[in-house]
Amino acid sequence: MLDLDFAFFTPEVISGYLVKGFIFSIQLTLVAMAGGIVLGTVLALMRLSGKPWLVMPAAAYVNTMRSVPLVMVILWFFLLIPMVIGRPLGAEISAMITFTLFEAAYYSEIMRAGIQSIPRGQVAASYALGMNYQQTMGLIVLPQAFRNMLPILLTQTIILFQDTSLVYAIGAYDLLKGFEIAGKNFNRPIETYLVAAVLYFIISFSLSILVRKLQQRIAIVR
Amino acid sequence: MVDWDWQVFCKDTIDGNIVPGCFGRSGDITYLDWLLSAWGWTLSVSALALLVALALGSLMGILRTTPNRWLVLLGNAWTELFRNVPLLVQIFLWYHVVPALIPPLRDVPSFILVVMGLGLFTSARISEQVRAGIQSLAGGQRMAGLAMGFTLPQTYRHVLLPMAYRIIIPPLTSESMNIIKNSSVAFAVSISELTLFALQVQEETSRGVEVYLAVTGLYFFSAFAINRLALFIENRVRVPGMIGGGGH
Repeated sequence: MLDLDFAFFTPEVISGYLVKGFIFSIQLTLVAMAGGIVLGTVLALMRLSGKPWLVMPAAAYVNTMRSVPLVMVILWFFLLIPMVIGRPLGAEISAMITFTLFEAAYYSEIMRAGIQSIPRGQVAASYALGMNYQQTMGLIVLPQAFRNMLPILLTQTIILFQDTSLVYAIGAYDLLKGFEIAGKNFNRPIETYLVAAVLYFIISFSLSILVRKLQQRIAIVR
Repeated sequence: MVDWDWQVFCKDTIDGNIVPGCFGRSGDITYLDWLLSAWGWTLSVSALALLVALALGSLMGILRTTPNRWLVLLGNAWTELFRNVPLLVQIFLWYHVVPALIPPLRDVPSFILVVMGLGLFTSARISEQVRAGIQSLAGGQRMAGLAMGFTLPQTYRHVLLPMAYRIIIPPLTSESMNIIKNSSVAFAVSISELTLFALQVQEETSRGVEVYLAVTGLYFFSAFAINRLALFIENRVRVPGMIGGGGH
């Protein structure tokens, strides 16, 4: 039988290999979440605007992003960004741009559902009160849509956190990469992959429990 | 801006000469041959993983709706376990860790390991949908089945599942399309599927845009084909007068 040895997981190994990757994974998640929600909200507003010249590009963008495997999107951007800006770009920055643009498509579908969940009467009421489009959206619709969709937005963010491991394809140094390098250097790949799985599980599972709690609280208030 | 060179697919993979007719002869292969074989790998991994996912996901989803507390717990634990670890990490576990922990699996080809990894990952999502489908039925259906003298398995087989599966065809469709997309992760353990093809051929030929376009197009086409097939199935099995009724 196999003997597992986790003794090499010393504080030095953790700070030397894992912390750097962990920080990048968190950074990537937060940047893509913030950027993705902002851009996704814009895309959702475009799709609901009723103006064909806004609806069509937004729909095409969202549907394209959602039909292509994330790994391929990562590779595409890693190939195209240097062609466009004319100089090579680090895998880390490239990943941040890619994830923001990719997740925007998914967040926009959530925001679209959120905006549609607001009764039309509220929009009519705010127009009747003399508010313009900007005020109606900014003060009436979006705050409620955002609040209603908060649990789903956060669930998507947990999926996003798990998906950050796919930057493996372009060799960015994320949490999984940290584990992999540590495993190679200490010749303990089995232990490192096991610990990586446990760590990802603990983070994702506890976050999803928090989201469920939040969902219950929001549900009671409404 | 871009100067296309689609002839790259007609090149021999070894000497780089353009082969007339684009398909390699007498044992030689062109990049087009390779692309088609990579597409085959993507489809095979996806199809087999979907079978595994449907079987295990249905089982776990059903367990989560049974009256037995322990079976519910088992189904819940399964779902949370496979849902909360990134797919890539799960694939690495199947490829590097499982064969080391279970020696008889050492000779199993990595293709099978990836199918298991992708299948179990997806089974967690399918179990969610099966559970939701069963729970969306009126509670009276289960009671009626039991009151008619059906055993619990018979109630599931003849009363609950036939309706539940019809209800969840749309989410199962998008999960089947997801499995095609997710199979791209298999590149990480050297399965010669589309994404690995894209990575390697981009490097060999420096025609990244053409290669990625071809690969992306095949992913699109595969997912679209599944979408059409699912619509066909949905229409064929529709119970007249029940749920749905078109709208496509």
